[in-house]
Amino acid sequence: MLRLNVTELSAELSRGAFSSVELVRACLERIQRRNPSLNAFISICEESALAEAAAADAARAAGDSKPLLGIPLAHKDIFCTRGLATTCGSRMLRDFVPPYDAGVVERLRGAGAVLIGKTNMDEFAMGSSNETSFFGPARNPHDPGRVPGGSSGGSAAAVAGGLCPMATGTDTGGSIRQPASFCGITGFKPSYGRVSRWGMIAFASSLDQAGTLTRSAADAALMMRAMAGLDPRDSTSVDRPVEDYASELERPLRGLRVGVPAPHFAEGLSPGVERGIRAALAELEKAGAELIDIDLPNNHLSVPAYYVVAPAEASANLSRYDGVRYGHRCENPVDLDDLYTRSRSEGFGDEVKRRILVGTYALSAGYYDAYYRKAQRIRRLIRRDFTEAFTKVDVIAGPTSPHVAFPHGAKADPVEMYLEDIFTIAVNLAGLPGISVPAGFEDGLPFGLQIIGPDFGEARLLNVAHQFQQLTDWHRRLPADAAGEAS
Amino acid sequence: MEWETVIGLEVHVQLSTRSKLFSGTSTAFGAEPNTQANIYDLAMPGTLPVLNGEALRMAVRFGLAIGAEISRQSIFDRKNYFYPDLPKGYQTSQLDYPTVGRGSIVIPLDGGGEKRIGVTRAHMEEDAGKSLHEAFTDGSGIDLNRAGTPLLEIVSEPDLRSAKEAVAYLKKLHSIVRYLDISDGDMSQGSMRCDANVSIRPMGASEFGTRTEIKNINSFRFVEKAINFEARRQRELLEDGGEITQETRLYDSTRDETRPMRGKEVANDYRYFPEPDLLPVVIDDKLIEQIRTELPELPDARRQRFAAEYGLSPYDADVLTANREMADYFERVATACGDAKLAANWVSVELQALLNRENLEIADSPISTANLATLIQRIKDGTISGKIAKTVFEQLASGDAGVDEIIEQQGLRQVTDAGEIEKLIDQVIAENAPQAQQFRNGKQQVLGYLVGQAMKLSKGKANPAQVNQLLRDKLES
Amino acid sequence: MDKSEIDKIATLARLRVSPAEADEVATRIGGILTLIDQMQSVDTAGVEPLAHPLDAVQRLRADEVTETDRRDELLALAPSSRDGLFLVPKVIE
Repeated sequence: MLRLNVTELSAELSRGAFSSVELVRACLERIQRRNPSLNAFISICEESALAEAAAADAARAAGDSKPLLGIPLAHKDIFCTRGLATTCGSRMLRDFVPPYDAGVVERLRGAGAVLIGKTNMDEFAMGSSNETSFFGPARNPHDPGRVPGGSSGGSAAAVAGGLCPMATGTDTGGSIRQPASFCGITGFKPSYGRVSRWGMIAFASSLDQAGTLTRSAADAALMMRAMAGLDPRDSTSVDRPVEDYASELERPLRGLRVGVPAPHFAEGLSPGVERGIRAALAELEKAGAELIDIDLPNNHLSVPAYYVVAPAEASANLSRYDGVRYGHRCENPVDLDDLYTRSRSEGFGDEVKRRILVGTYALSAGYYDAYYRKAQRIRRLIRRDFTEAFTKVDVIAGPTSPHVAFPHGAKADPVEMYLEDIFTIAVNLAGLPGISVPAGFEDGLPFGLQIIGPDFGEARLLNVAHQFQQLTDWHRRLPADAAGEAS
Repeated sequence: MEWETVIGLEVHVQLSTRSKLFSGTSTAFGAEPNTQANIYDLAMPGTLPVLNGEALRMAVRFGLAIGAEISRQSIFDRKNYFYPDLPKGYQTSQLDYPTVGRGSIVIPLDGGGEKRIGVTRAHMEEDAGKSLHEAFTDGSGIDLNRAGTPLLEIVSEPDLRSAKEAVAYLKKLHSIVRYLDISDGDMSQGSMRCDANVSIRPMGASEFGTRTEIKNINSFRFVEKAINFEARRQRELLEDGGEITQETRLYDSTRDETRPMRGKEVANDYRYFPEPDLLPVVIDDKLIEQIRTELPELPDARRQRFAAEYGLSPYDADVLTANREMADYFERVATACGDAKLAANWVSVELQALLNRENLEIADSPISTANLATLIQRIKDGTISGKIAKTVFEQLASGDAGVDEIIEQQGLRQVTDAGEIEKLIDQVIAENAPQAQQFRNGKQQVLGYLVGQAMKLSKGKANPAQVNQLLRDKLES
Repeated sequence: MDKSEIDKIATLARLRVSPAEADEVATRIGGILTLIDQMQSVDTAGVEPLAHPLDAVQRLRADEVTETDRRDELLALAPSSRDGLFLVPKVIE
């Protein structure tokens, strides 16, 4: 039961093989056993989960058959949940209990999913290894000595480790796709504007987008169908119809034009990953897709531009944490500046502080043009590269990350960590949808194939990913421990 | 040396929308602290702004009213600074692409004539909350009810040359926003606030002097006093060989002085950048034209029309168009009674005095336009005299009875019957024989006294012209 | 970026960088700025800045009051409040 994906669980639940209460109970027990070592969850809501599961069972008995009805769900702890602590992985918000729900939380609840807990993450989503979390690093279920990736590392570890069949994540520079790659699961980041950002704690507003971590692309399609759509509370949420992603999944790959970007196969890519990704592309080709070499000439500028845009927006987004209306406040402030400076210095971790400083610097008088405006111009060039490429190809495919999951503490230098996202960041700068699907193993550790689509090409992207998963079984190879559990 | 004062004003006008600029929270004035501060207003994590369309339309209305360029695309920016009344740690404002561009406002000059004052721009932004420093001894209290109320910041060119001009500009601005119904413009409640940039230079110089900014001046009178104080301070400083420091100063109305603001020792670097939570605001020609057709007649146009159409003196036209309600009131009375000059007189003198005495706005006038029009008609048709009309006017103000009702019930109808008046005159001559004799001996001025006696005897009801004529006839015969 | 600049930026951001941390912070941020400076290798003259990936315009909200008074619930989240007000150290103007 714990290995099944959402699509399978949904079928079993409607067949009556087990109830939602039984399923949720199994997940909770599994969490109790495995979470102390994986540290995937920051909080568990056992009582409300069982109540929601019972309600789902009752609804099913009364004829409801929504695909996500009664399926256990974990939210990244960046989504505000009414009455349930939402920490964003930070000391700043360790005791913050929002009096409102995020749009994503409302929609998945409306779809019948059962919230079982909130997952670990890099503090304010700033990190690629989950090591910046105030609550300690989450661990990779394939090898607890290694990172699960980040920032949505807790969600990825929970789904891969059999703790929960589906989870939400957010992706600002690769924070869904890279952990999915490291943990051997499917991570989907939709186009900017496709999913509401209301109630999702902001890191970099023009880059942040909510998405899914699941055990298959078909599962992502089911979650996306529930999550996507206009939210009038978010000015950047788009008003365009939500496709029935599930019904598009079976479209054959014949005739699909797949762009293979030269810069994604440049130096730094681990040989095992390169072999695996080439093999994955060959699978697509065998199924009738056409591989076309493309260039993304400004890709090498994406990390530098991102580390201006994201910290700049973050520096302003995080100014609200001042110890006045909610969140951490220092003891006995002597004056206003002391209140601000100490509350913020105590409440934020090193990486968050670094990014606030960099962002403040990039926006400050005398540097704005050289940094912020320059980065925005490069952003335009990067988007142009993609627009140009999509006149020749339907999707772009390559590695999600240059290598497999690395050991904890291996990347002490922030710049080294930033370069982890060299293949994913441009997608956020351009606002495009991207997905990472398991594509092989190197030294027993999984890695992912990243597929990128044009603006609002969600349906096609999920279709291609699903077809790939019909041709391969990498997504079935959950960690041995997860596979060994009773099902 | 002769000095010239150079002034530019930055005026913040609170737009009178029902809800805030970026959230659906009420903007009503005077609520209990923090009862109108919701999750977006408090900058709770994950909350997002959505622009109030009415606030945008109000800004456009103002722009069109002052003949300004309206930006087809305006952009909101974040202005970053920390202050407890600013929950997000940034104010959402507009820097490079404000909704309203260059325009101008015409002000009347003291010695007659007019002057055109340039308006550099008017941008939309959100108001801050309030810090209550006196609430507690051990700290300041923060009330965020006002946080997020829409503001239009109207920035003038440094075209003003005296405190009086500054006040005239501010009054004109006040009148425009009231005419447009986009703000109540109430300075005492803070819905209109003024910062003044003041510098001085030797008369005839072309370079500007170093300026200071005076913050938060909250009445027309204080604007004049603050500028005058500051210009004098700068003049004395320069004449003593000192130098002006560019700084922000506060006007203290109790001491009638300006002084530097404390607690601003950290040089501000606002790090403006485009607000990523909002998209470019596009205003198309269709919307602009629609708003243009809905514009009311503005004070200048109305003043000119009143002078031309009703033959009012420039002074009366000015007084009657100072605010929209007054002008509307006058126009209704003038149309209904058919005599604009009498209407102008009654509205600007008698009604104005009554309102001042009772401390009322014209909207709350105890005398309806219909009643005042009827009253004027009764003067014109000779039913009552002008003097009696004032009595009727007072009674209209204090009761529910109509004009004709009051006249009939109290028998105030003017006496025009010659026989009746003759009887009165006979009685007056009999009772004032010495004065009558003096008139007959050629002392013309005594006639006034005798007429007065006759009027008194008639309790004011006799037609004074008839009394005059008949009295003269009788004494001269 | 030297220590005085770090200091200035930290003050703007209301963050404390203690003397003990200053060297490391300066080194780390120096490394990040070197990464960022790779941007200068490309000529972007004439390229319009892109603030937002969406080619869309701002939606307008109807001017309606949709929020109700939640003061008690919201004020309860504040670390320090009194008499319906948020409490901060004395503000001097």
